[in-house]
Amino acid sequence: MAFEYVNKGVKRVDAYEKVTGKAKFGADLEFADMVYAKVLRSEYPHAEIKAIDVSKAEKMPGVEGVYTADDIPNNLFGVIVQDQQVLAKDRVVLAGDGVAMVAAETEEQAAEALKKIEVEYKELPGIFDPVDARAEGVQKLHENKEDNQVIHHPLRKGDVKNGFEKADIILEREYKTQFIEHSYIEPEAVVAVPEDQNHLISIYGSIQNPYATRTAVAVVLNTNLSKVRVIQNHIGGSFGGKDEVVSAMAARAAVMALDLKKPVKMVNSREESITESYKRHPYQLKYKVGATKDGKLTAMEIEAVADSGGYACQTPFVTWRSVVQATGPYELENVKTDVYGYYTNNPYTGAMRGYGSPQVIFAQESLVDELAKELDISPLELRLKNIYRQNSITASGQKLDTHTVSLEEVIKKAVEKSNYKEKYLEYSKEQKGDIKKGIGLAVSFRGCSLGAEAIDAAASLIQINKDGSVAVYSGLAENGQGLKTIFSQITAEVLGITMKNIDYMEIDTTFTPDSGSTVASRATLVGGNSIKDAAQKLRATIDAFCADKFDLDLDDVDIREGFIYDGKGNRLATFEDIVGEMGNQGIMLSAYGWYKGPAISWDEEKGTGNPYFTYVYGCQIAEVEVDTGTGELSVTNMTAAHDVGRAINPANVKGQVYGGVVMGLGYGIMEEVEVNKGKIKNTNLDEYLIPTIKDMPEIEPIIVENPDPVGPFGAKSIGEPTLELGSAAIANAVAQASGRRIRSLPLNLERVLIGRALHKGGK
Amino acid sequence: MKISLTVNGQLREVEITPYTRLLDLLREDLGLTGTKEGCGKGECGACTVIMDGELVASCLVPAPQADGSEVLTIEGLGSRDNLHPIQESFVETGAVQCGFCIPGMILASKKLLDENPHPAEEEIRLGLSGNICRCTGYAKIIDAVMMAAEKMDGRESDQDG
Repeated sequence: MAFEYVNKGVKRVDAYEKVTGKAKFGADLEFADMVYAKVLRSEYPHAEIKAIDVSKAEKMPGVEGVYTADDIPNNLFGVIVQDQQVLAKDRVVLAGDGVAMVAAETEEQAAEALKKIEVEYKELPGIFDPVDARAEGVQKLHENKEDNQVIHHPLRKGDVKNGFEKADIILEREYKTQFIEHSYIEPEAVVAVPEDQNHLISIYGSIQNPYATRTAVAVVLNTNLSKVRVIQNHIGGSFGGKDEVVSAMAARAAVMALDLKKPVKMVNSREESITESYKRHPYQLKYKVGATKDGKLTAMEIEAVADSGGYACQTPFVTWRSVVQATGPYELENVKTDVYGYYTNNPYTGAMRGYGSPQVIFAQESLVDELAKELDISPLELRLKNIYRQNSITASGQKLDTHTVSLEEVIKKAVEKSNYKEKYLEYSKEQKGDIKKGIGLAVSFRGCSLGAEAIDAAASLIQINKDGSVAVYSGLAENGQGLKTIFSQITAEVLGITMKNIDYMEIDTTFTPDSGSTVASRATLVGGNSIKDAAQKLRATIDAFCADKFDLDLDDVDIREGFIYDGKGNRLATFEDIVGEMGNQGIMLSAYGWYKGPAISWDEEKGTGNPYFTYVYGCQIAEVEVDTGTGELSVTNMTAAHDVGRAINPANVKGQVYGGVVMGLGYGIMEEVEVNKGKIKNTNLDEYLIPTIKDMPEIEPIIVENPDPVGPFGAKSIGEPTLELGSAAIANAVAQASGRRIRSLPLNLERVLIGRALHKGGK
Repeated sequence: MKISLTVNGQLREVEITPYTRLLDLLREDLGLTGTKEGCGKGECGACTVIMDGELVASCLVPAPQADGSEVLTIEGLGSRDNLHPIQESFVETGAVQCGFCIPGMILASKKLLDENPHPAEEEIRLGLSGNICRCTGYAKIIDAVMMAAEKMDGRESDQDG
């Protein structure tokens, strides 16, 4: 099938405003009579609030209002569990909890006034390890809960006891992952504008999920959803990060704006952002695997414990993705998996690109390499003996028969491109000198979209104007990933018009139905289908009009590049003239599109069902050089093969691969939010280091296309798969190079050199 | 206190306090919001501008120091209808994702190309090492600078550099 726009690397539609500095981000917005607000945050990870005295702050110059939890109509919100405080009332559960806020004429005045707020705390003992949080009789961090458990997801298949009995070898290993920061370059920013008519309040800003933020603000204000309008601006990166933390910010700004009857702007500094925002979940993982001596896996038993921090946030769903994918893409008859999340007094944890997969992939792909070494089989061969193929049955009992299971294909392509086999043999030999080379691979399957977490549907609206110009609205958000561009491509493809006739409008919760969140690499798949649906409805109306007007069979109406043709290729009219005529005849040229994903299922108690309606497959191969004298590690090459179904925009897909690989590299070898007794030590980018252009390896992206019957033009997902594999591939390469297996992330200098992190006092 | 400086070719007089940062002067007093704040510590490069031919982190420059200087911000480089070759190249190579780091990246690229019209990849990496991007993985940014070098080949170096 030949396409005009789809499957082409067309230029981004939002690039011009971004290269000229015209694009307005949250912090760039100005409104008449606007005031600025700042939040006072707790220094204690766990404390009772005995009293708050705001009287001195209220008298400070420029202050318009000082607020505490008592001023919040409804202080609790949360997408899954409503346990997050807008401002802490009686107790702070993490260092960084907001306790009071000030609105003033200038940001400096607000910051000065914060210093005059007097809070009397009674410090309480904290829990800083989720394993401590699960101990019997330990204090409860949320009083209305039975214990500190946020969630437990079990999965049972076959009989692991029996499976381990059949094994010739059993390996038990423990792995650990760290807190990391999203590090979007734009710190969070919102403006809340009170409205005099129609609705109560408008929220602008760097908001990843406008509908989730709308719900949070409405809940906090105790008002209807229709009273709250959320308009997304250009957003300076999100990666899952600008959800709950921005919802809290929006709710705070809204409370103040309604009280003051003035627009309220809040912009976080980097320190405020790192202190208050949620992180990627650290996991502690215990894996036990059994295999026959010829390398067939017989059983796997897994226990994973996630640190949820002070709030539940996305923990129930993050850990659910983990339980589905914990065994990796390997056929196993016998599986016992338990994934837990516990409250602690650490920073809270939520969605970050990859969600609950990077942690389990690091463990399971390290484990497979360790097993290969024990069995004296190559890591590649061991994988090829066990991977999912067409019609394989997953750990939860799902038969993979509705899409192309392309894992072997992506592995082969990555292996060939990177010359893995030859290099693996070469680097396995004795290497001279301090610098040792290694090559490692990691593979994954990943459920597309939300899965059984939530209703999976999305909407869009396409309006064709009488002059042939087209406005496209979607309920999903451009977060930098390129959604505006690919949705414009799909619209142009279906309507038969050029992309320059299309204006892509910013997301506005008033115009499009709730489409859920822009998460789970679902926008192209689910949102793209809704765009296609709207465009197809309009195209059908236009085709019928043309068939009638030109006396053609419906099938002979052809619209391309803004012109109407008959079946023989004769040009009959312009798109512009036809829609103008249709408009004059009173024919409706606007359509909503809707798409709801296919049925899925999940049994919470047994961990069985069809959790996702389709999957993507990926393989990444890392090459490293380790200086065994200093521990210095450099990742020289990364090969990344990903099946995306069909690439709507191959240039964008490559952009996602490059970005995801480098973010995965950061996760693997350098990044860690250092949390000491609940307090974050590295709160700016001088101490929290993320990859710079100097750290970037040579990256070889390989796009594999097996169009999916469900996706728009066959398209599936790419955003998250790109970063979930890197840390495991690098760890495997480091193990080959150095002979040292590191089971904790990140693989930094000291771990590579001495096999563990450095501690105070040199212990 | 009042200072005067030339911003994007225009002489501007601005009333400031001794503590105003050049970044705030540009964004708040002159409305040039293309210059971004990412860390406030000179680590991320989002606030990069060119002052008297030098690349500076405008969050670290006290505004009084900019008195009498010549400053180039992203707004002074080109417009949608008249893009600078570096801007064109960033669009054409797909080097832009969320776009927040891009104004700083483009100005750092300009400084690099003004001094070294044909940089090798290693030199591009060095020239842009003060600018962090979390979206792109930098690969296409390197492509963009390479393309811009070709586009600018044979042209006079820019007047504002």
